[in-house]
Amino acid sequence: MLYTIIKENSYQDSVNLMLLTNKISTMDGINKVQIMMGTPANKDIFKTAGLHTEELEKAAANDMCIVVDTDSEDKIQEVLDEVDQYLNNQAIAGSKEEFETVRTWDKALKALPNANIALISTPGQYAAEEAEKALDNDMHVLIFSDNVSIEDERRIKEKAHEKGLLVMGPDCGTEIVSGVPLAFANVVKQGNIGIVGASGTGIQEVSVQIDRLGGGVTHAIGTGGRDLSDKIGAITMLDAIKGLANHNKTEVITLISKPPAKEVRDEVVQLLQSVSKPVVAIFLGEEPHAHEGNMYYANTLEETAAISVDLAKGNAVKANYYQYNLEVPAVDLKPEQKTIKGLYSGGTLGYEAATLISRGLGLGKSEHHEDGYLLKANGFEVADLGDDIYTQGKPHPMIDPNTRIEFFQKAAQDEQTAIILFDVVLGYGSHEDMAGALLPGIEKIQKAAQENGRNIYFVATVCGTDQDPQNIQEQKAKLEKAGIILRDSNNQAIRTALAMLDIKVEEADKEVVPAKGEAAKTEITVSSAIEKFLNEKPSVINVGLKKFTESITANGGRAVQFDWRPVAGGNERMRKVLSVLR
Amino acid sequence: MYGQYKTIDEANRAVIDQVVSSSPFLVDVVPAKSVIKELNGKVLLHAGPPIKWENMTSPMQGSCVGATLFEGWAANADEAFAMLKNGEIEFIPCHHVDAVGPMGGITSGSMPVLVVENRSGENRAYCTMNEGIGAVLRFGAYSQEVINRLGWFRDVLGPVISKALKVKGDGLNVNVAMAKAITMGDEFHQRNIAGSLIFLKDIAPYIIQTDATDKDKQDVIKFLADTDQFFLNIAMATTKAVMDTARTIQHGTVVTAMCRNGYEFGIRIAGMGDQWFTAPVNTPQGLFFTGYDQDMACPDMGDSAITETFGVGGFAMIAAPGVTRFVGAGGMDDAVKTSNEMMEICIDHNSNFSIPTWDFKGSCLGIDARKVVETGIEPVINTGIAHKEAGVGQIGAGTVRAPLACFEKAIDAYAVKLGLIEPAAE
Repeated sequence: MLYTIIKENSYQDSVNLMLLTNKISTMDGINKVQIMMGTPANKDIFKTAGLHTEELEKAAANDMCIVVDTDSEDKIQEVLDEVDQYLNNQAIAGSKEEFETVRTWDKALKALPNANIALISTPGQYAAEEAEKALDNDMHVLIFSDNVSIEDERRIKEKAHEKGLLVMGPDCGTEIVSGVPLAFANVVKQGNIGIVGASGTGIQEVSVQIDRLGGGVTHAIGTGGRDLSDKIGAITMLDAIKGLANHNKTEVITLISKPPAKEVRDEVVQLLQSVSKPVVAIFLGEEPHAHEGNMYYANTLEETAAISVDLAKGNAVKANYYQYNLEVPAVDLKPEQKTIKGLYSGGTLGYEAATLISRGLGLGKSEHHEDGYLLKANGFEVADLGDDIYTQGKPHPMIDPNTRIEFFQKAAQDEQTAIILFDVVLGYGSHEDMAGALLPGIEKIQKAAQENGRNIYFVATVCGTDQDPQNIQEQKAKLEKAGIILRDSNNQAIRTALAMLDIKVEEADKEVVPAKGEAAKTEITVSSAIEKFLNEKPSVINVGLKKFTESITANGGRAVQFDWRPVAGGNERMRKVLSVLR
Repeated sequence: MYGQYKTIDEANRAVIDQVVSSSPFLVDVVPAKSVIKELNGKVLLHAGPPIKWENMTSPMQGSCVGATLFEGWAANADEAFAMLKNGEIEFIPCHHVDAVGPMGGITSGSMPVLVVENRSGENRAYCTMNEGIGAVLRFGAYSQEVINRLGWFRDVLGPVISKALKVKGDGLNVNVAMAKAITMGDEFHQRNIAGSLIFLKDIAPYIIQTDATDKDKQDVIKFLADTDQFFLNIAMATTKAVMDTARTIQHGTVVTAMCRNGYEFGIRIAGMGDQWFTAPVNTPQGLFFTGYDQDMACPDMGDSAITETFGVGGFAMIAAPGVTRFVGAGGMDDAVKTSNEMMEICIDHNSNFSIPTWDFKGSCLGIDARKVVETGIEPVINTGIAHKEAGVGQIGAGTVRAPLACFEKAIDAYAVKLGLIEPAAE
């Protein structure tokens, strides 16, 4: 039986409500529950979940809607009490903060007059509008939100470029500005390597590996995944490179991207070749065989970090970064157990796994498959569980273990599966104890397999640093105690998993050859706003998810929390009236 | 489009500049009908936007009965009820005749009113005097005790203060009194102890010099000393006079009046002149005196929300830590949160009224109706809570929110008036 409770004018952001939904769904006697704001889009999600009711239709965008499927009406009060307690407790947690909380741009600008960047994590359909307001106030913008149209992205980025500002994102999860991690990012030692990348977890892995290898980072600038498409033309990437080229403390520039459109790539490479600093680049999925002039090409994220650190320290770049002895655990497998299932929370980490496994299997370039699969061949599978189709109405797998455990179980039921390969991504934004959250599910799978006389091996990497808010040593210890085979990098984890099935991926030496048609080293100029941005600690107007303020204030940045809500509660007529009365 | 102003922001700035540069003086106390010509017939003023007898709350009807008896239009309460019901007495909102009235706001011609003159705009505003607590007309009581007190107001209190003000000459500067009182913990709606004390201190030397009898002097000083909320009505007349000057600029979206009649909440914005935008009133929430509870609370009444319109009252919660608990706002943290929240819908701070507990920021200045709609933050009003039955009086105090719909209607109408948008289909 479905019960509907509408809490009028009780706005909460969607992540909060998802976490709350998870919490309520674990209560005894609850078959199913969904808690969301009553927007038209959310009502559709209720429909899809089979939790749509007539009462729901009356709810407005600022009303919190709770639909509970339970056999006993008595449970409703329990649910309501739990909801209230959850919401009240977060209010208490929020009352101790040092930063100001505001509801309008005017107030935000007064609270932090020197704000130089807006971090926007509103629902996607509102992100462009808020980004423009930030640009109008001469702020750089980091758009964490996804679902921003490419037309909007183009328009905003052109406007920013005109004004000498940077728009990072949309769908940009990771950023480090002068040692201050923004959104989903790790606490990485400061140094002389400047990263610019079009992929969030790519930046996370490279910055973490740099830290592990004894190097450090000045900035890590995420551009958003579509920046290098021909529709955007790398507007942000080009400005960011120019910024790093002019930034004194940055001595090495490291670039991370999926292979861009040809013309875009040419433009980026041409700019990089005119930079007087050494550049390390990885175009994920490509197989470079040589370095060109001051540009060093890497095949894996770990190699990218290793070359960067050697350059940063003034060491010679090695011809080969893969000549280590990989410890390969002995395996005891049934004859039909021949495949690896890579189940990733980090998209780029998954992409790297798909690439290396494809090479190991002698397959061609891996095409993007449906349903978030990055590889699906010969029983081998790699899935990006952070793909949009898995995160509709559910938290990202870096925050929530449930989708992953579900896929682990499915993988274990496949008789062919020998190894489950996965990542645990630490840092701000991520779950506070993902190892602990995954373990019960993993142990259950291991036990069930053993009862069937089979072994399922888990191979993983923990993407994190000693400085991260989660205790990385504790995370690793938990996983190792459960028999999970851990490696220091995603690259090594993938190669270990392959080697356990007797599959090897060889890497040839790379020589340095002169760049083709080398561009003249020209003077590169950058706007004063970008130059200034790269030379100070960020002052952030955090528009949306409150938890993003944590990393800022804990690492020497300043923040003001903008508790964003839809303008006029989403009332369309009022939005129009307000827009004509500007 | 916005007169001499290029943008709405500019027009709004002009309106709030008028508020900041105001110069209000309490100049006299006079019979209402001597300054409000409409009161020379069988007419009563009431709080809030226009209302019919049948829609009035029981306390407001009780006040009407009291005023009818006080004016001698009826011999007893039954007769008074009948006259009022039959439409023999006309009702006019206080706001339409330069006046404001607390709670029921019922004002009749013989009642003495405070006269505040805003010298920056050369306009005047009027308000009856505070009756103290207990059985009082503004909460709907009409017993003999109430009528007798009104008589004493007419015959003694009003004339004595009037004489004292004349001895003083040039009136009392209200901005100065308010600037002092806000640093002493008043927010001018729920708490006026400091302001009342300052008024007594300022006026007492002149009362002594009048030709009133010693007994009258003693009674007047005793009454002023006993009446903690006396200054509320001075603050109301003052903020009304100031907002009326400001709203001579008929452009922009600054809220120029907020008031309630127990049935509807009404607001005005500068750009729409005299037009009211109304929505059903809310009922205040708060703390109740022993023996009373929320179910007995009367829906929101009174023109006293003119203080919030000016930027004090609930907006200045942080100035009055003494009453935050009383109005249900919790501790200092909640008080600062309330004032910070109200700043989200205001344009600036009024540096005339610097609040020490708010890092000396000035009080809130200029409610922008657009910001109310944009954020959904409804103005908060500190208020006394009347019993829903006439004559019981005040049963508690708390806060109430101005309904969002008033502000939505106001800016919608303004956008339509400017021809920027088609009227919404019904």
